[in-house]
Amino acid sequence: MTQPALELESVTFSYPDGTAVLDGIDLRVEHGERVALLGPNGAGKTTLLLHLIGILGGGGGSIRVAGEKLDESSLHGIRRRVGLVFQDPDDQLFMSTVYEDVAFGPTNFGVEDVESAVFDALTAVGMRDAADRAPHHLSGGERRRVALATVLACRPDILVLDEPSSNLDPAGRRELAEVLDSLDTTLLLVTHDLPYALQLCERAVVMNKGRIVASGPTGQILGDPIVMAENRLELPYGFTPGTSRS
Amino acid sequence: MSGSHVHALTVHGHSPLHRLPARVKLVALGLFVVAVVATPRHQLWAFAVYALLVTMVLVVAELPAKFVLKRMGLEVPFVAFALFLPFVGGAPRITAWGLMLSIEGIWAAWNIIAKATLGTAASIVVIATTETPHILRGLGQLRLPPTMVAVAGFMVRYLEVVGDEVRRMRIAMAARGYQPTWLGQAKALAVAGGALFIRSYERGERVHQAMLARGFTGAMPDLIDDHADRSDWAVALSVPLSAWLVAALAVAA
Repeated sequence: MTQPALELESVTFSYPDGTAVLDGIDLRVEHGERVALLGPNGAGKTTLLLHLIGILGGGGGSIRVAGEKLDESSLHGIRRRVGLVFQDPDDQLFMSTVYEDVAFGPTNFGVEDVESAVFDALTAVGMRDAADRAPHHLSGGERRRVALATVLACRPDILVLDEPSSNLDPAGRRELAEVLDSLDTTLLLVTHDLPYALQLCERAVVMNKGRIVASGPTGQILGDPIVMAENRLELPYGFTPGTSRS
Repeated sequence: MSGSHVHALTVHGHSPLHRLPARVKLVALGLFVVAVVATPRHQLWAFAVYALLVTMVLVVAELPAKFVLKRMGLEVPFVAFALFLPFVGGAPRITAWGLMLSIEGIWAAWNIIAKATLGTAASIVVIATTETPHILRGLGQLRLPPTMVAVAGFMVRYLEVVGDEVRRMRIAMAARGYQPTWLGQAKALAVAGGALFIRSYERGERVHQAMLARGFTGAMPDLIDDHADRSDWAVALSVPLSAWLVAALAVAA
């Protein structure tokens, strides 16, 4: 039997003051599946993402990546296999040139032939010519794509993105969607941008108050007025989810 | 935002100085500065030779004079301080242009201005012909502790990010009617400074998370390959070694 790409069982987490952020999360993502994680601000989505790579943890429950349990000994390997793209590219791009930044992960993970890993990743996001530029000289859209490349260069099995379309202009948003659509990795996408979720992900999972409250085909979730209203989800004016991918 | 900025510190070029490895230039700079500082201040001829050496290097580096002069502005505070010395120094004094000037003060001012100018000009040559990542890497090769190199790298990377945050905060303050006056601005600025510190601290935490996410285990990867061969060292060290010779003669004289 093949293991799922990602499997969470009763993952819980509380702040030191006792506020529960994750209240028993069960989630299963199959290989090659694209899942949108939706929910209001404060639902615990970003906290959940930080659990997937063991930056937060210790609250209880278990996380398995392709069957391997996330613990101290598997942490380094799992961080390579789960590529997390942070919400603010300025947090993600911390080296002085694009090349160094994209090479940071592959070097740490001991990827063979770092240089071709870097240029393959930059080519995949259409930023090959920017290798020698400084991150702070790039536009917002370029920075977002380089941030994606820093993770792609580690050759992850699962790509996890936190609000990838925020602060992008419409063309930058579309270009990023094209890049993401061209990848065949498993995808977990946290977003408030519901049309983006519909465009890229066949399944949507809704989180609220630290729990998963709904899961199903994205078009179906977006078309369910009760789920939408209960979780502060709203479609843009004039938008109807007529064409679901699946 | 910062999209259109050019790198203010480096002048792009292909001069022999641009091609030298960073650590070679850093060693040469250090040795040159030591020679200048060690030279007795009354040996005027020695400083003339140093000035000639620096000018030659500036010409070889093909740096625009306007750029160099602008960057030299860095030393203005030191010069301003030095210019006080002739007025506050002790006896004996001389009278020039109707002013009573201390001879000792004039020598002290000359000493500061001459050495600071030579050191600043030499530093500008190195910084203007070396990309910042290469300087950092060179410092690492010269056995500066990796943590300090990494901290310097982050400072360069986030200077503009934090600078943008300061600009946005100032605009937000101005937009709500804040009109700074000399005394009145103190409290608001202190509050803004505190907020900026918290924001920068939190960004530091997020950056650290992003580093951990990509497998950071405590050591920064070593990526730039800049091999230095003997001819590089010979070319670069010719300038500071000439300066050392001059300094030795000046001390002996």
